[in-house]
Amino acid sequence: MTHLLAASQFGASHAVTITLAMSALLFTIGLVGFLVRRNMILMFLCTEIMFQAAALAFIAFGRMRMDTGGQIFVIFILTIAAAEAALALGLVILLFRRKETLSSEAWSELHE
Amino acid sequence: MIPMLSISDTHADSPAHAVVTAIVNAIPSPELGWTGWILLLPAISVVLTGLCCALRVKSKLPGWITVLALAGSFALVLKLYFLRGDAGAPVVVHLWDWMNFRWGDQNKWHALQADVSLYVDSLTLFWLLFVTGLGTLIAIYATEYMEADVGKGYARFFNGVSIFILAMCTLVMADNLILLYLGWEGVGLASYLLVGYYYKKPSAVAAGKKAFIVNRIGDLGLAVGIWLIWVNYGTIEFNTLFQVWQDMNHGVGGFDKSLIPYCLMLGAFGKSAQLPLYVWLPDAMEGPTPVSALIHAATMVTAGVYLIARTYPLFTLHPDALATVAWVGGLTALFSATIGMAQYDFKRVFAYSTISQLGYMFMGLGVGTTFGAAYHTLTHAFFKALLFLTAGAIMHGFAGQLDLRKLSGLRKVPGFKIVSWTMLIGCLWLSAFPYSAGMLSKDVILVQALGGKDHGFVWLGWIGLITAAMTAYYAFRVWFRVCAGPVFYIPGEETHDDHDAHHDDHGAHATAPTSTTSHEFHPHAPRWAMNGVLIVIMLGAFATGIPGYMELRGESNWAQVMMAHSSAFAGSVQAHVTDAVNFGMNPHQLVELFGTIASLGGIAIAMYFHLLQRKSADKLRAWLLAHNSIRWIPVAMENKWYVDEFYHACIRGPAWIAGQILHFTDKHVVDGLMVNGIGRIPAALGRLFQPLYNGVLQGYATTMAGGAALVVAWVVYRWLTSGVAA
Repeated sequence: MTHLLAASQFGASHAVTITLAMSALLFTIGLVGFLVRRNMILMFLCTEIMFQAAALAFIAFGRMRMDTGGQIFVIFILTIAAAEAALALGLVILLFRRKETLSSEAWSELHE
Repeated sequence: MIPMLSISDTHADSPAHAVVTAIVNAIPSPELGWTGWILLLPAISVVLTGLCCALRVKSKLPGWITVLALAGSFALVLKLYFLRGDAGAPVVVHLWDWMNFRWGDQNKWHALQADVSLYVDSLTLFWLLFVTGLGTLIAIYATEYMEADVGKGYARFFNGVSIFILAMCTLVMADNLILLYLGWEGVGLASYLLVGYYYKKPSAVAAGKKAFIVNRIGDLGLAVGIWLIWVNYGTIEFNTLFQVWQDMNHGVGGFDKSLIPYCLMLGAFGKSAQLPLYVWLPDAMEGPTPVSALIHAATMVTAGVYLIARTYPLFTLHPDALATVAWVGGLTALFSATIGMAQYDFKRVFAYSTISQLGYMFMGLGVGTTFGAAYHTLTHAFFKALLFLTAGAIMHGFAGQLDLRKLSGLRKVPGFKIVSWTMLIGCLWLSAFPYSAGMLSKDVILVQALGGKDHGFVWLGWIGLITAAMTAYYAFRVWFRVCAGPVFYIPGEETHDDHDAHHDDHGAHATAPTSTTSHEFHPHAPRWAMNGVLIVIMLGAFATGIPGYMELRGESNWAQVMMAHSSAFAGSVQAHVTDAVNFGMNPHQLVELFGTIASLGGIAIAMYFHLLQRKSADKLRAWLLAHNSIRWIPVAMENKWYVDEFYHACIRGPAWIAGQILHFTDKHVVDGLMVNGIGRIPAALGRLFQPLYNGVLQGYATTMAGGAALVVAWVVYRWLTSGVAA
């Protein structure tokens, strides 16, 4: 605990802790969602949630260091995430066309 | 008579017998290089007939190629014979280098030299004369006999015959034991290929395998013998070997040296079908009949006689070696004669008579008359080839019929006159009819045996005389049944693909081109090639009597001189035996009297049972079978004394069981446990982790998240604890 308290010696406010906790919560929501759903679009959205959790953590650490590096990274992350989302949705559509279903369980040939 | 050989009587074991000690050193004769063509002509024939096989030649071409090649070889042999005469000194003709190894240090060089060289002495020539001569004649006969197979197996057949003559000439002309061994195996190969010629017939394939495997046992003996010779004398070249043998005071002494003759005789017994390795020869009759005549009667089976005659000096290495040869030969002669008396297949009768006659040859070698052995080989080659070829002509004409109960009176069947009368000559010669060649050659052996002083050779002489009576009986049992009596025949069953083509080929002889299964069967008479060869061989059989007459009159004759000027003479007992007395007669008179009685008596008994009173033979058999105490005699004789069954139980059975055990071990221990067991380890490891890969995407994700969580937890834990420590 002393270490966690010591983190405040960088001059970070209470808000950093809350933001990081928020980030962890978002990541957990995304992860649980990814693990429990079978719909590929929903699973993809859950990965996006985990992505945003990581971006939020960047914001928090940028705030902690009192510089803009974290925010710059987030801009990049959003840009890449946009491109990647387009690509991933395209893939999902292709997969759907093959099997006429969005369930990820339809894709398990490698197992057999 | 033998000017260049010095005779001494210093032999320790038989002081009364003069032993020839000197073998003339061979002269290197490069000017005789053309003798290589005796081997090369059959070799060319092998290549050409092989090409005919590949090109599927549909004519008699391969047959005539072989005949020409063999005739060429025979002509060269004759040229060589007239060039050097009966008493020429041995020559060595170097053809080309083969193997020459030297190792060791300067004090003791080891050397193994074996070149493709020819050692030609009178013994070689003696064998070459009838091998190539009869080979040519039988090849001519076969061009007609095998004509049903033209375009099918014809080229393959003559390829086999060419391989055989090539290998046989190599065997008898080799100047060293390794080249001899090559020829020895070559004739075995040719025999295997030709016995199994009808490869679609399971019994023929089995007979081929049997011949090959039984011969392996003998060949092992020969191989060990060659090795022992090399170990003890440091050379395997005949000329050097004989000279070293002379320098080493005949090299007597030592266990491994006394083993040499026994190893060599094992090889000879295998190849020449003597007890206990004779079982392959009767089965080898599955081959085409010219093959039986050429390989399994006249020439190849005499290779054992040749081997012992060639290495005769080495048989003095143990005092009982030659006696063993004599007794094995004598017992084989008697034993196979008893079987021959009870067989109904006349080709088999001749097969057993071959074994029996080979027994006489070995008896001759053993009792010390290499002349008798070689001379009997010569006469036997002619009369037995004649008998087999007549048997083949009958088989050819009656659709494979070989049962002497189903053929009768053939001498009155049109077209079979020559066959019947030449067969009569063959049977007379086989049964040692007084003053026939067969009698003259057999008597040389029997006289020597009856005059023998030790090893019980006198008893062997009597065994030989009893066997002669049996031989006369079974030879004429065949002739009186098949050729004499009322005309009657039942054709055999060879109506299928092998022989039915005859009748389409030349309907002139078969008056109606009908199938042989129908009631209108017409015998298929032999034509000029077969009849001509029969007559020529019959004349040859008469001619082989000439040296015998000269011997009888005490004159020097070419067969005797040839043997006397070869290695077969050295060590042989040459004293003419006239002093031993039985029943107040010397051996010559004994053999003349009892041999005549045996021969005529056997013929007379056969005449009574198989010509005059054929029913009484059946009655006799029924009477024998009706009495339990003697019932076993005809049953055992007809079943070949159950020797095959005995071997089956004692050798083949255990070998089969051992094979099964080894097969089981190989399949389940070596393959199952070791090879596949080790191979199964990676697969088993993989199967251990396989449940992780269940094909569910979330499962993988859980694993990954769990792994990441573990890493994170570990890092946090380290961070916390190290922080405490700091």
